[in-house]
Amino acid sequence: MSEFTASNQAEAGNVAGDASRYYVTEHHPENGTLLGFWMYLMSDCLIFACLFATYAVLGRNYAGGPSGAELFDLPLVALNTAFLLFSSITYGFAMLAAHRKAVKNALLWLAVTGLLGACFLGLEIYEFMHLIHEGAGPARSGFLTSFFALVGTHGLHVTFGIVWLVTLMVQVGKHGMTVENLRRLTCLSMFWHFLDVIWIGVFTFVYLMGTLP
Amino acid sequence: MSDHSTHHGHDHGHDAGAPHGSLKDYTIGFVLSVILTAIPFWLVMAKVLPSNWTGYILLAFAGVQVVVHMIYFLHMSTKAEHGWSMMTMIFTLIVLVIMMAGSIWVMYHMNANMMPGMDTDAVHGTHDMP
Repeated sequence: MSEFTASNQAEAGNVAGDASRYYVTEHHPENGTLLGFWMYLMSDCLIFACLFATYAVLGRNYAGGPSGAELFDLPLVALNTAFLLFSSITYGFAMLAAHRKAVKNALLWLAVTGLLGACFLGLEIYEFMHLIHEGAGPARSGFLTSFFALVGTHGLHVTFGIVWLVTLMVQVGKHGMTVENLRRLTCLSMFWHFLDVIWIGVFTFVYLMGTLP
Repeated sequence: MSDHSTHHGHDHGHDAGAPHGSLKDYTIGFVLSVILTAIPFWLVMAKVLPSNWTGYILLAFAGVQVVVHMIYFLHMSTKAEHGWSMMTMIFTLIVLVIMMAGSIWVMYHMNANMMPGMDTDAVHGTHDMP
């Protein structure tokens, strides 16, 4: 109870950016969107867990075809990982700007994030095309089927993340940093960072461990 | 109940009320992730260790990096959303571990028992049976 009244006073006094206020405001019952979105992410996590389990089971079934050690180009994967990691921190900068209501700054960082996401996607599509061109398409072996399913699903998530990002940039450009737009940006930030978390699993479990004999 | 009604108006008054990080949080998270990403890549690309160790070390690095991302980028804490975020995550992790461990365990044994080498044993077994 006392926490709630404290937050009331703090807001009434319009104390902005105060560290103590930040902790107090966390307590009050808010709009359920963010918790709901978090639950969506958790269910998405289960989809990826299924795909990871499939890869764990089929990942070494080469059917006489090429193995991960022969196919994977680690410097390329490292570059891709760097793109995604940098896009995570640039999204962080965009959120910091959004909370300051610095619209132009936020849009700039969102654009950089989108660009890095597009670079990631471009490299991944190049990698897929290259594999298929070499005859190592998803139909070649159990290993490649599970590989394309897992990495492809992640790539599809990034694609929709970019579509969402562009949509929000238009929204923010048109309506400014309203409460609704800030909430949407927060949801997308969770989505984007979540995809980076999944990518940690992908580059470790698929690429790096797949390269090991 | 009265808290609920009095506070409803506030939700629209200021930002969405989500826990959001500071520049310091993002920087710490980013530097840690770069280190935790670079070391596994180096371990594999430079072939520093025998491969049977490297796998476990890679998994350990990935686990730590996931936690770093959760804390510094996703602002996960026991307080977020009154602890409900943490609860849903723990539930997800339990389901995930059961599913992953179960699938890998069962499928490994299925694979092992379907090996061509085992076939002859099975045939012998049936011959001895009657």
